[in-house]
Amino acid sequence: MTHDSSENITEDREPQNESENNWRRYFSFSTDHKVIGVQYMVTTFIFFLIGGLLAMLIRAELITPQSNVLDRPLYNGLFTLHGTIMIFLWIIPFNAGISNYLVPLMLGARDMAFPLLNAISFWILPPSGILLISSFLLPNGTAQSGWWSYPPISLQIPPGQPINGEFIWIVSIVLIGISSIMGAVNFVTTIFWMRAPGMTFFRMPVFVWSVLSAQLLQLINLPSLTGALILLLFDLSFGTQFFKPLENGDPIIYQHLFWFYSHPAVYIMALPAFGIFAEVLPAFSRNPLFGYRSLAVASLGIAVVSIFVWVHHMFTSATPSWMRILFMFTSMLVAVPTGVKAFGWTATVWKSKLHLETPMLFAMGGAAMFLLGGVTGVMLAAVPFDIHVHNTYFVVGHFHYIVFNTITMAIFAAIYYWFPKITGRMYAEGWGKVHFWLTFIGANLTFFPMLPLGLQGMVRRISSYDPRYQGWNVIASLGGFLLGVSILPFIANMIGSLLYGQRAVNNPWHATGLEWQTTSPPPRDNFEEIPVVKRPPYDYGDPKYSVIEPSDYHQGEK
Amino acid sequence: MNRGVIHVDESPIPLERWRRYLPNWLKRYLPVRGGRAEDHHGKAIFGFTVFLLSESIVFLSFIFTYVGLRLTHSENWLPPGISGPELSNFVIINTIVLLSSSFVIQPAENALKHHRLNKFRWLWLMTICMGTYFLIGQGIEWSNLDFGLSTGLVGSTFYVLTGFHGLHVLTGVILQITMLVRSFRRGNYEKGHFGVSATTLFWHFVDIVWVFLFSLLYIWQA
Repeated sequence: MTHDSSENITEDREPQNESENNWRRYFSFSTDHKVIGVQYMVTTFIFFLIGGLLAMLIRAELITPQSNVLDRPLYNGLFTLHGTIMIFLWIIPFNAGISNYLVPLMLGARDMAFPLLNAISFWILPPSGILLISSFLLPNGTAQSGWWSYPPISLQIPPGQPINGEFIWIVSIVLIGISSIMGAVNFVTTIFWMRAPGMTFFRMPVFVWSVLSAQLLQLINLPSLTGALILLLFDLSFGTQFFKPLENGDPIIYQHLFWFYSHPAVYIMALPAFGIFAEVLPAFSRNPLFGYRSLAVASLGIAVVSIFVWVHHMFTSATPSWMRILFMFTSMLVAVPTGVKAFGWTATVWKSKLHLETPMLFAMGGAAMFLLGGVTGVMLAAVPFDIHVHNTYFVVGHFHYIVFNTITMAIFAAIYYWFPKITGRMYAEGWGKVHFWLTFIGANLTFFPMLPLGLQGMVRRISSYDPRYQGWNVIASLGGFLLGVSILPFIANMIGSLLYGQRAVNNPWHATGLEWQTTSPPPRDNFEEIPVVKRPPYDYGDPKYSVIEPSDYHQGEK
Repeated sequence: MNRGVIHVDESPIPLERWRRYLPNWLKRYLPVRGGRAEDHHGKAIFGFTVFLLSESIVFLSFIFTYVGLRLTHSENWLPPGISGPELSNFVIINTIVLLSSSFVIQPAENALKHHRLNKFRWLWLMTICMGTYFLIGQGIEWSNLDFGLSTGLVGSTFYVLTGFHGLHVLTGVILQITMLVRSFRRGNYEKGHFGVSATTLFWHFVDIVWVFLFSLLYIWQA
């Protein structure tokens, strides 16, 4: 596991490649899936920084029990946009970006199935994101009803304002949803139609299985959110009465439609992260992935079960008891395929010689933290416990353990792992480790205190609280600022390595995936000729399949 | 008009082909074995079908809202003095015209597959007329109703459901006109083919949705 650098590689690359890798094409309407993937990842990272800044403002407000930094409407707007940005403009589209980059390479395809559609689905995203954030400039501020925008709260807008924060919020989320559906059509078609000869379903990497499962969920569940938001928009602006309780409407129906998408959305975010663990852990422990088939099928299993769990968000919304019991059962059922995944990761690194490079640190850190996030999730699925901690910081702590400590850590693992492939340069290992430890400590300092706070009864979405909660809140706020600082070495490392990093060889980690069989960065059409796949995806250490890298030949000749 | 078009099969479509239509369709458009990246038509039809799947979920979410509201508010569903949408002969004829257009557009697509361009154009034009008839009919029906968009739950649900469906019919008609215009350009056959198949699928989808909306909005009287 050394960072080979070979000057030959740069000379071997075709000259047209050099001109094609011009930075300008990343600002153009390109139909190359690799360019679109990078566009997605960089754009969503900027949104991540904005969402993180909002989070730090929230933590600054919560450092004292009184409400003294921000006024309350602004505080409401901040946590609404923080949640919206992190979900709809960071994790979900970032996953679309990394999948866009990797899926055709992993399948041995030249491009996505519909390149033009792919470009269009990206270019919808930045305008909708800017539209959403621009609602801060409106006279009454941005939407203030939380990222779930429950009626009738979301319908309480000052009269005589046709363009208000809520209106802008709905329009931008519908636009982002359209972009996601177009992306999902593209991914599912690509995975079914663009596989190289010999690439059967059970030779696809688990990452591709995860993307397939997540994008099927987007196709089946996202339209229900779009439908709910269209009806909400009609209620808000055109005088219909679907969700207005005073005029016979029923706000609970909105909750059903909303959570029918937004609970599976958690798996749309988490499944690609699980896929990343399944790529990184075997590569850095030099072990074949344990139980490949069961891990692949478990991805689909999580997707299927998660369609039937949405009511567990509504245990306190006048849900009849038989329905609560039913959905408690299905929610706990999700733990079975998820447990298969966690068991597979553990068994993969079991008794192996670990190579603790930055991607591996992030993957192991994320997988370990998923334990706490997952266990608190099972606790919340139990009706009596959920009723007890409903609407407290316990819930906030639980889902931040999932979305930050697991998924965002996996995303960082992916960025470091595929950085050599995407840029053709190596990142700085030392700064990567600094970034990991700052993030790991900062994230746990921020999100662990939320669990005891919730058990003690601190309610979420408030800007002032009882002074007895202050101790844990100060720790969480300091952790939040540390988390904010931890992003600085990452940005410096990425920009510095992009400009001055060592040249990377084609396969610096000696990984087995198809994407490592082409040059770094890959040429316009990905492969000089389409590979014929004859091997299972994770055959580390299997002498039958051992391959000698072209780059190793160069090393030998020197 | 048929210049340059090769006649492959002039015979009418045998019953056997209709019966095996779905199995053949699945075999062609669901490539479990992979490695068929060069079949651009199949790929595009697969993608379009997947898109229609998610489109149907939007309709399902509207129908779920309608059924949910209807079941919990059965007694005050209609505000006083309002009779709700009526199952008149006018509506029935409109429905029959829309549903039978599916049986016109499918032979049109098959005619194009067998390179019978003239037959395709006539049948296609007939579908456009039927779709337009439905749209005009729905406009007349809307203007004659005694309730509006904000008249109770009945108004909200009726106009949003039929309006969203009508928007799809309009999209279908626009697609059909585009394909008809395209069929008069030279060398259009290969390019127009996917569009014709996709429009046909879309039209069937719009018809199937109408079956559900018609049963729910008109036949299911409280």
